Amino acid sequence: MRLRSGVFASSCLLMEALGVALFLRGFFRHYAGTIRTSCNHGSSLFLGTVSNWTKIPPPLFKKVVIVLIDSLRDDFLFGPKGKQFMPYTAQAVEKGTSYSFIAEAKPPTVTMPRIKALMTGSIPGFIDVIMNLNSPALLDDNLIWQAKTSGKRIIFYGDDTWIKLFPKYFVEYDGTTSFFVSDFTEVDNNVTRHLDRVLKREDWDLLILHYLGLDHIGHLTGPNSPLVGLKLSEMDNILKKIHISLISKEEASLPNLLVVCGDHGMSETGSHGGSSEGEVRTPLLFISSAFEKRSDPLTQPELVQQTDLASTLAVGLGLPIPRNSVGKLIWPVVGGKTMREQLRFVHLNGFQLSRLLQENTPAYEKGKSAKKKSYAQKEISHGNWIKLYLEGNNSEILLNFGKKVLKQYLEALKTLSSSLSKQVAQYDVYSMLVGAVIIMEVLLLLLLSIPKALSSRAEFEVPLSPPLFSLLFYLMCLVLCAVHVIVCTSAESLCYFCSLSWLTAVGVMMLISVLMCGILSTIARVFENSRLPLKNPVVSSSNWSEIDLLIVTGTLVHVLSLGASSFIEEEHQTWYFLINTLCLVLCQELCRNNFLLKEWDPQHSTTVKQNFDRIGEVSECKNIDILATSNSKLGKTTSSAGFIKGSDKWISLASPWIILICCRLLRSLNQTGVQWAHRPDFGHWLTSSEHKSELSFLAAVSLLMVFFLVQRRCSLVSKIAMALGLLGVYSYRAAIGNVVFPWQHDSQDISKGITEARFVYVFVLGIVFTGTKDILKSQVISADSSVKNTGLWEVYSGLVLLAALLFRPHNLPVLVFCLLIQTIMTKYIWRPLNCDATQITIMHYWFGQAFFYFQGNSNGLATVDVTAGFVGLESYVEIPAVFLTAFATYAGPLLWAIHLLCYLSSEDSRNSVAVSHGSFCYALMRSIPVAIYIVLVTGLRYHLFIWSVFSPKLLYEGVHVFITTAICLFFTAMDQNHSHKVQD
Amino acid sequence: MKEAEIRRLSAANLLCVLSVILTAVVPPFFWDGFTVLGTHLAWLCVCSVCVSTLNIILHLVLKPNLSPKRISFAHKISRFLKCCVYFFMSCILFHAIIVLYGAPLIESVTETFLFAVLLSTFTTLQCLCMLGPNIQAWIRVFSKNGATSIWESNLQITTICSIFGAWFGAFPIPLDWDRPWQVWPISCSLGATFGYVAGLIIAPLWIHWNRKQLTYKSR
Ligand SMILES: [Zn+2]
Ligand SMILES: [Zn+2]
Repeated sequence: MRLRSGVFASSCLLMEALGVALFLRGFFRHYAGTIRTSCNHGSSLFLGTVSNWTKIPPPLFKKVVIVLIDSLRDDFLFGPKGKQFMPYTAQAVEKGTSYSFIAEAKPPTVTMPRIKALMTGSIPGFIDVIMNLNSPALLDDNLIWQAKTSGKRIIFYGDDTWIKLFPKYFVEYDGTTSFFVSDFTEVDNNVTRHLDRVLKREDWDLLILHYLGLDHIGHLTGPNSPLVGLKLSEMDNILKKIHISLISKEEASLPNLLVVCGDHGMSETGSHGGSSEGEVRTPLLFISSAFEKRSDPLTQPELVQQTDLASTLAVGLGLPIPRNSVGKLIWPVVGGKTMREQLRFVHLNGFQLSRLLQENTPAYEKGKSAKKKSYAQKEISHGNWIKLYLEGNNSEILLNFGKKVLKQYLEALKTLSSSLSKQVAQYDVYSMLVGAVIIMEVLLLLLLSIPKALSSRAEFEVPLSPPLFSLLFYLMCLVLCAVHVIVCTSAESLCYFCSLSWLTAVGVMMLISVLMCGILSTIARVFENSRLPLKNPVVSSSNWSEIDLLIVTGTLVHVLSLGASSFIEEEHQTWYFLINTLCLVLCQELCRNNFLLKEWDPQHSTTVKQNFDRIGEVSECKNIDILATSNSKLGKTTSSAGFIKGSDKWISLASPWIILICCRLLRSLNQTGVQWAHRPDFGHWLTSSEHKSELSFLAAVSLLMVFFLVQRRCSLVSKIAMALGLLGVYSYRAAIGNVVFPWQHDSQDISKGITEARFVYVFVLGIVFTGTKDILKSQVISADSSVKNTGLWEVYSGLVLLAALLFRPHNLPVLVFCLLIQTIMTKYIWRPLNCDATQITIMHYWFGQAFFYFQGNSNGLATVDVTAGFVGLESYVEIPAVFLTAFATYAGPLLWAIHLLCYLSSEDSRNSVAVSHGSFCYALMRSIPVAIYIVLVTGLRYHLFIWSVFSPKLLYEGVHVFITTAICLFFTAMDQNHSHKVQD
Repeated sequence: MKEAEIRRLSAANLLCVLSVILTAVVPPFFWDGFTVLGTHLAWLCVCSVCVSTLNIILHLVLKPNLSPKRISFAHKISRFLKCCVYFFMSCILFHAIIVLYGAPLIESVTETFLFAVLLSTFTTLQCLCMLGPNIQAWIRVFSKNGATSIWESNLQITTICSIFGAWFGAFPIPLDWDRPWQVWPISCSLGATFGYVAGLIIAPLWIHWNRKQLTYKSR
């Protein structure tokens, strides 16, 4: 079967997307909630026969108030900031009846998984971050459910994530949405306004308050802004109020408990999601009159896990410990009780943990595990102790024996808890393997087809029919199906690929076999061809230009860098470095084109000096034959002779430098990554509230520039639509309070800007529709390529308008520079240099990647701008929100890709296979890093940073593959027209 | 003739290598607390000065580009001044390029500039010695098959190696190893130095290896 390389590339990408989806599914195995039967009353085994306590122990506290302050970092409470701004709490920490700890949050440090961890005691899977946008009800056994079933009345005020997670559990609630990140006061006042009334009442047992203001301040101004201090003082007053009210209400029966905690911290830039120390360390403070007054001066608070809170609170409230909790009891909190009670508590916790471990490890069942044996020993000594106790022995010996047992128990709890935490990171290796095999096969096929697909015919003979009827194919299918059956029947663990229907599985197996046979027969054909003597040798490296050399080295360097976690964190540096070098190489190429091919003119000395320096930058010029470039570039000499023309020449020579300067400016706009993310950048300066007028000015100028850069190739109608749309963008930003109109300096009412945003959407759709209409017209009626080009350009400008709407206002210059660089490159670099489609595609890909980071993205999840998903929407609607967020995140690569299509199809007359080559190259550029990265991640799956560094990157790569597949299909659709035309 | 020339070239290059090594080894005897990493800026200065002095001396002694005609003293002075200006300009240009590559614009200007000076010493200064302030000749040498003598081939190789060294020297900076040599601009300047030394060693060997293929047409 003969395929054009564009079609071939997109079908390869489709298969790759399937592989990536399978791999991701296996890697981020998603735990569906388990049945919530929590029957660990602990009266198990032989203890029941010894002890006369068989019920759940009674609660230790009467009322419990949990104050969760979003993004509360440990130093906000225990550090100098705490002493300065939270005097009451600081005093309670130092001198009061309290216990303070530093609770370590596991990454991803995002609110929803953290709430889950606090309330279930389990470690939520990574995929929960994705679900964070749209939190479905929590099905796991959790503290709230336990409290509700045992008849406790729970009141909740704060972040409405809780209400989505625990619907109908609260007797009274008021949710605030975290939608308006710019709102610091209203979110918290909405919580506090209920406080006085609730504290007076007696009809509740558990009060949960979730304050969001601090998180919003962190996101907008960082942890060192004066606003943080104000907010902390506000929180301190609230804590004081609650504490005093709790003390005053205390009766003889049972003490009350106040828990202050944070769901996650914040990094030095104020965001969260990653695993830096500031993000994972949160304070955990228990205040109750039941505790002993602190006598010794406060040392550094002890480090505990965030998951420990669930079991501790469960014991404190007299509830069963949540079934999947991996936490261990925070000892001092329950330490004031009698020895018998204490032993009972740890026994409960230990019993629950060991049962959880038992469920998760098959080996445990057989009693092989050393952990089980050691735990059983402790139970025996506990039994002995109870025997002694019941015999009425009350001496010193008993106490010492009890202490010993307790110590052993606590140690056992620690080992159990940590081994359980490790267990969570289990992979569905079989699905991962199947996905990885597909991806690798596709990559191999693409690599093998390079010479054919990039030839002037741009066609690739897919060796499909011979293998389809070969014995090998059927054998492979059979073997793979057999393996599938064996794996799926023998594995105890759930496997996604096994849960698919048999038909699908067989289909995937057939796909793998077909790909394998295809690869084999392609290799055979390559060998056959190489044996033919008259075949000219493969392009040797001596005909490569510096650009080719750089492209190959750069791709290799980037792919290799993915193996190191710090290079992934700082991937933007790699891309900035590469595009800088690319610009310098282009500059050198331009200089050579300008000066060496013409007669030497001594007056150009200064520029030539640059030329010299650039030459040194690149490579062994000596070996490189300037004129004897590969066949496809034969026209180069002739066209470049006509190119040099007065001022154009100088602009052309200066253009790489202009691009370099643009890139340098963009680089300082958004400081991204991890290591240098805290450095001050221009973006933070602009977004701070005192520079609102500068931001407004910049946004207005940027929108104007966008208009001028885009309009030149649009039709009149879309020009007007574009102008109105950009006006709409500005008024949308003004409506939500990011920018101001010059005539109204005081920002009065901040609305959601729904009308304005929808106004812009109308124009986006209008422009894209006009463009599509043009393309269809050129496709169906007339084979006029100029109509098609205008249509493509209109689609492109529609997307630019959408990006302008979704980008945060300080990022609008990114859009302007993107358009500017594209214009300069098209006019003064690619056309004059007559680069071939392959080179241009790869340059587009590189710039697209660089712009992904220029936008302020990183390989951590914290930088995803989720607010883009709410633009113009009343509330969260899944499909548009996901689409808009994905578009806003990948706007850089996407815009460059569509520009590539515009450029290549306008070059169609000169090089009829340009689009085909382009899409093939684009697919290849995406496949190489993905395939290598997937192999790397599989190898590094027990790496320390797997969840904090490698997994987010894997998600980014996966989503990028899906987007690239869509782009490639679009490319092919555009190219299809051409192939019809040729046949006519 | 050719063999003797190559021997002279390797001797000169070995002297340069030695001088680079000596700049790291000798100063601690006179200067307490001098280390390449610890007092990097001082080392940068010492290295640039040593290498440039040695290059100029070698140039005066060996006279690789024997120009037959005598030049007037005034011409020599103007030539020298021109060389100085060119050298300074190349420092500025390197500085600009380094900043474009992402070095901080305002902070650590000294470090960046000294690194630019070092790079210029390894590249521009040699060209100035060998070719004089004659841009035309530079272009010729750095284009394909442009070298007319083994000295010019040597120049090509060392210059390219130095710049490649600096380029690769930037790679370890983002790694989170927290080593003292990851501080800006140590890894880059060390990379440039290693590249320069490697170039000095490779050049005679390469020329020796390819002496059959290297047919220099006379001007
Ligand atoms: Zn949060
Ligand atoms: Zn947040």
